[in-house]
Amino acid sequence: MYEILYDIFGSEILAYIIGAALPLFVFILPFALFAVYLERKVSGFMQDRLGPMRTGPYGLLQTIADILKLIQKEDITASDTDKKFFNLAPYLVFAGSYGAFAAIPFSGIYIGSSADVGIFFIVAISSLVVAGLLMAGWSSNNKYSLLGAMRSAAQIISYEIPTVLVILTVVMVTGTLSLEKMTDMQTAYFWNWMIFGGAGWTLNKILLIPFMFVAFLIFYISSLAEVNRTPFDIPEAESELVAGYHTEYSGMKFAMFFSAEYANMFAVSAIAVTIFLGGYQSPFGYLGNTLGWTWLVPIEQLFWFTAKGIFFVFVQMWLRWTLPRLRVDQLMAVCWKYLIPYAFINLIIVGIITLL
Amino acid sequence: MKQYLKNTWEGLYTVFVGMAITFKHLFKPTVTIQYPDVKVPLPERVRNRLYVNMDDCIGCDQCARACPVNCITIDTVKSLPEEDLGKTSNGKKKALWVTKFDIDIAKCCYCQLCVFPCPTECIYMTDVYEFSEFERENFIYNFATLTNEEAEEKKANYEKMMAEKQAKKEAAAKAKAEAEAKEKKEEDNKEDKSKDDNSDKEKGSE
Repeated sequence: MYEILYDIFGSEILAYIIGAALPLFVFILPFALFAVYLERKVSGFMQDRLGPMRTGPYGLLQTIADILKLIQKEDITASDTDKKFFNLAPYLVFAGSYGAFAAIPFSGIYIGSSADVGIFFIVAISSLVVAGLLMAGWSSNNKYSLLGAMRSAAQIISYEIPTVLVILTVVMVTGTLSLEKMTDMQTAYFWNWMIFGGAGWTLNKILLIPFMFVAFLIFYISSLAEVNRTPFDIPEAESELVAGYHTEYSGMKFAMFFSAEYANMFAVSAIAVTIFLGGYQSPFGYLGNTLGWTWLVPIEQLFWFTAKGIFFVFVQMWLRWTLPRLRVDQLMAVCWKYLIPYAFINLIIVGIITLL
Repeated sequence: MKQYLKNTWEGLYTVFVGMAITFKHLFKPTVTIQYPDVKVPLPERVRNRLYVNMDDCIGCDQCARACPVNCITIDTVKSLPEEDLGKTSNGKKKALWVTKFDIDIAKCCYCQLCVFPCPTECIYMTDVYEFSEFERENFIYNFATLTNEEAEEKKANYEKMMAEKQAKKEAAAKAKAEAEAKEKKEEDNKEDKSKDDNSDKEKGSE
């Protein structure tokens, strides 16, 4: 991808800047627009309503109208806030969630950074979000914001443990941290996906299947908690804390938090897809290969990747309208008493199976 | 340990049961009615905005008297005998010019009490319920068909007629008085004459 950009622009720095900005402008912002619309429509249909209908055909322009509104709004900074950190926080949060996209392979030819530590980098950079949230909550000088930020920090740090344990499980099987290589291992057909025990018809694969399913469940549950989605949305708990850590924000800074939230939703879905469900690989071969059009393959790969990612974003929305919010003690009990022991047992069993 | 496994199983199982329910709702037809485009049919005897069919109004003022909040104001002028106002649809003869028929719909409490006493059924509730306004003055609905000038004219006509009548009456009274006076005079004259006669007689007798 960088070679192509280098050929076009003739400058290495320019090529890197454009290559880095590409997922933001081509993918994340349109995705955030689409996801907000999808969220409202899914919410509507699940409650037997229609969702937005008045702005454009079937309310398609609703999010664009919302964005225009957010751009026009006054950027209020309350007088008692800690201005330096208050202004820094949304950018930090957005940078944290955007940084995760650097190591996610969107298609065979596009990956921000093919570093060998891919998944490790994502886990590390996602933790930056916690600092941003805590900064936002504390500098707002508002009890609800502070409470929300504290809850958020406690929750994200707790749920990182089962996430990392599950990632470790998968890394033990694949033997690599690079998401690109992980994806390459799951090529061809869907039974080669990690959730079905990986490629090759061996005894290991058959034995791994149930444990991979458990790993996937644990990963999905804890990733939900990491992006503060229902049923783990206590940091934002609108019925308790106004809006949690971003109560005091308005205008574009609020939009930063908002788009970071939706970018995060896709990021965790993309990671789940990449390590368990074959990433950008098609479940049953490529049309481009059959027809001999090699240029079609990367486009198909991008399609499969976004389709799988958006499906899991949809599942997040689906869960939002299924489950009520957990209490703080229940939240911690789920993490420490259930997910972490299961993740550990799973890790040990998978370790034994891979030794076989 | 058993309880722990049971909790795990129930936690997962109930989530899937819940998800099945919400997924079913995803494909259920929505219950939303897109209001300004689609309207729910109203019940048969619904009470909404008042309307007055002025062709049938005889200006009897019964609705204004029935109104508990005094939102109806009616002014009428009697018509001239030679003027024909036509008949109402149920055959009542109209005899009054309705110069003013105002309903202050902002005051109206939609009790429908004005509708029942109307002898010609010209005031009734319609099914219009969207009539919000920006100015409070716009809520005073003028149903009178006569323009202000016409109303003034009718009033003037009536006053003129009444004045003429008065004049006639006065003239008649005057004439009567005059006639009476004349009669009296004549009688007096007669009396005078007889007196004269008498005096003559007296004179003659002298």
